[in-house]
Amino acid sequence: MGAIDAGCDFFAGYPITPATPILLRMTSELPRSGGIAIQAEDEISAMGFCIGAALTGARTMTATSGPGISLFSEHIGMAIMVEVPLVIVDCQRLGPSTGGATTGAQGDIQFLRWGHSGGYPVIVLSPTNVSDCYNLTLRAFDLAERFRIPVFLATEKDTVLNRISVDTTEFDCPVVRSRNFAPDDADYAPYRFDRLSDVPAMASFGGPHLVRLTSSSHDEGGYLIKDAPNMARINQHLNAKILESVDEISHVHLDLQVGAETLIISYGITGASAAEAVVFARSQGERVSALTVYSLWPVPEKEIRGALVGVNKIVVPEMNIGLYLREIRRLASDDQEVIGVNRVDGGLIEPVEILKRGGIR
Amino acid sequence: MIVYSYLDESLMPYPFCPGCGHGRILDDLNTALVRLQLDPHKVVIVTDIGCSGLSDKFFATNALHGLHGRSVTYATGIKLVNPDMNVIVLIGDGGCGIGGHHLINAARRNIGVTVLVFNNLNYGMTGGEHSVTTLPGANTATTHYGHLERPMDICASVAVNGSSYVARCTTFDKRTPDLIEGAIRNEGFSLVDIWELCTAHYAANNHFGRKELEAALAEHDFSTGVIHHESRDEYSRAYRSATAGDAGTKEVDSILEPRYRHSVVGSLDCVIAGSAGMKVASAAATFCRGAMLAGLWVTQRDDYSVMVKSGHSVSEIKLSQERILYSGIAKPDLMIVLSQEGLDKAGSQISSLTENDLLLIDESLMPVSTRARLVPVDFARSGQKKQYWAIKSLAHALREMEIYPLGALKDAITLDERFAEENLRAVEGFVR
Repeated sequence: MGAIDAGCDFFAGYPITPATPILLRMTSELPRSGGIAIQAEDEISAMGFCIGAALTGARTMTATSGPGISLFSEHIGMAIMVEVPLVIVDCQRLGPSTGGATTGAQGDIQFLRWGHSGGYPVIVLSPTNVSDCYNLTLRAFDLAERFRIPVFLATEKDTVLNRISVDTTEFDCPVVRSRNFAPDDADYAPYRFDRLSDVPAMASFGGPHLVRLTSSSHDEGGYLIKDAPNMARINQHLNAKILESVDEISHVHLDLQVGAETLIISYGITGASAAEAVVFARSQGERVSALTVYSLWPVPEKEIRGALVGVNKIVVPEMNIGLYLREIRRLASDDQEVIGVNRVDGGLIEPVEILKRGGIR
Repeated sequence: MIVYSYLDESLMPYPFCPGCGHGRILDDLNTALVRLQLDPHKVVIVTDIGCSGLSDKFFATNALHGLHGRSVTYATGIKLVNPDMNVIVLIGDGGCGIGGHHLINAARRNIGVTVLVFNNLNYGMTGGEHSVTTLPGANTATTHYGHLERPMDICASVAVNGSSYVARCTTFDKRTPDLIEGAIRNEGFSLVDIWELCTAHYAANNHFGRKELEAALAEHDFSTGVIHHESRDEYSRAYRSATAGDAGTKEVDSILEPRYRHSVVGSLDCVIAGSAGMKVASAAATFCRGAMLAGLWVTQRDDYSVMVKSGHSVSEIKLSQERILYSGIAKPDLMIVLSQEGLDKAGSQISSLTENDLLLIDESLMPVSTRARLVPVDFARSGQKKQYWAIKSLAHALREMEIYPLGALKDAITLDERFAEENLRAVEGFVR
């Protein structure tokens, strides 16, 4: 629903639990709004179709789970290098490998960031509930177009498959900016930027410009190059366009309680557990603050550091072995205690567990 | 405006080794394009890895260069979005190996893409390793004892799977521009397998020249010319005609406005446990919609086996006066057990029930020990199939606990016309 309202008009996917409902809905729904949705022969093809479609002007999405992200890897790298706007939904399930197909997890959080060669940045957003899914899907399309980059929506089995009543009047409906197309009459170069952090304008295959795009090191015209300074320049650009725009991408919610010395930092469905834990703790007279991180990558360091001020204990619940914990640990000072509350059996982290393990009650 | 050449003369000459066939193929492609007089803006050359991957830069058209063997997938995406594009894939025999799956499926789909295979029987760029088309006995960088595998028949592979135009030739063949032209003219998926010499490796290491190349074609029964040509709907256009009737009929999600009252104070946690095929999750969803019609916030979390029609099926339902943050259930207030598989999966929760809770259970599963108020029901006596027991049991629960009016559940049932009649019958009958 969010994708269609964001103007998504191309979807390619491959069936995988628990992401299949998205494929099913898109294949039935997209043709109704004039779009195209297709089941590919595998995940590699699904991403390949999406790349070709996005470069021909479509607003494009795919959805998969951990094993599919593994197969996406080479095309994630390609989308970064070619600078392709794409939205990739990862409905995380218990891993590693085929793991527990029908059980939830948050085990792909580092994988989404680092699961391609080169280590160049991507954007990862993570919804805590269904309303977030709607809002962040729109936001993902906006950021993908703004930065010409793959944007991930890191959800998990429970967020995708659970049914929940929502109040649709609460959807924020963020604005999805249109793609920055090069003017029709100007001399066009697909990779022309002045400052390293600039995002080059796009032109579609079949449009007014001849477009030359490549996954290999290239000059501004899209021609393969081998000279070191220009190869470095394009790579520094891929890094700078995201890292110099962290403030624009960062998205957190800080629920601060004056005098609280404990901070719960959470994301995704665990954010819902944390929210309930906070409500309960406060009803019992405890003081506790909470930070929900919606933009996991690039890490919203400024916002996290801000939330850490005056806190002596930080609790990080995650349905994995402690993957975002390492980001929090490097931002916390030595005298702050950072406690991971982790669960890897597919079950949700209970609010009471967060409070107990965090020593809050 | 007449296009005299699609090649960018400023970038000439080609960088290929002396005697390599790649330049010949590019010239032949240019000849075909000039004959067809296509708008360069409507042409995209898609390449991937290997020496053939250097080719796209010589064409003053659109171009996309990507990963090894995946060019057909990008080409498919381009064609799907813009059926007016002439999408031409230049791929090596190496790409046909690593991307063979894509070739076969593109052929099957008959997507309107033209594939030219630069088939020089080995991996030239990486040092002369064997490929899927290397001939038996050949000496390559990775077959020190002579190649032991048979060559893949690329043409036969795509032809048998539905490619609508298939041809084979060599770079010494005068018909090559005609065959390429025919491939581009064909609306559906086309492939031309063009055999050539890799002078750096294969030819040098196997005393392999034009004569040997042509002899090999004959020896392995690889015929040349147009091998297969049929008229079949091209996919990107077929998709559009198949879906045209539904365009502009975007489904509007129905919004459930409360019109009943409920009796829930705080929240009520329910677990319904049965087997696959009992429509547990569907009944739970209907029950939740009924609760929404009574003004409650709801969540539903399902747990099921990886099999579709066997194993357990358990739904956890939370009903609340307040917005629900966390959807998990620690201890249910209402528990329904409909089958042995449900009991095996969720039975451990029975021990957590207190005297304030309700346990509704199929009589065949008795006896059970519980502190909860126990309501055994002989569902089989109702005469209805097992797939209606779940909705029936939830209607029972409504009566026993007065959660919300039965009318709300009936309204929720009628939201789904497909099963309304049977489901309504199920909730009417009250067996004890």
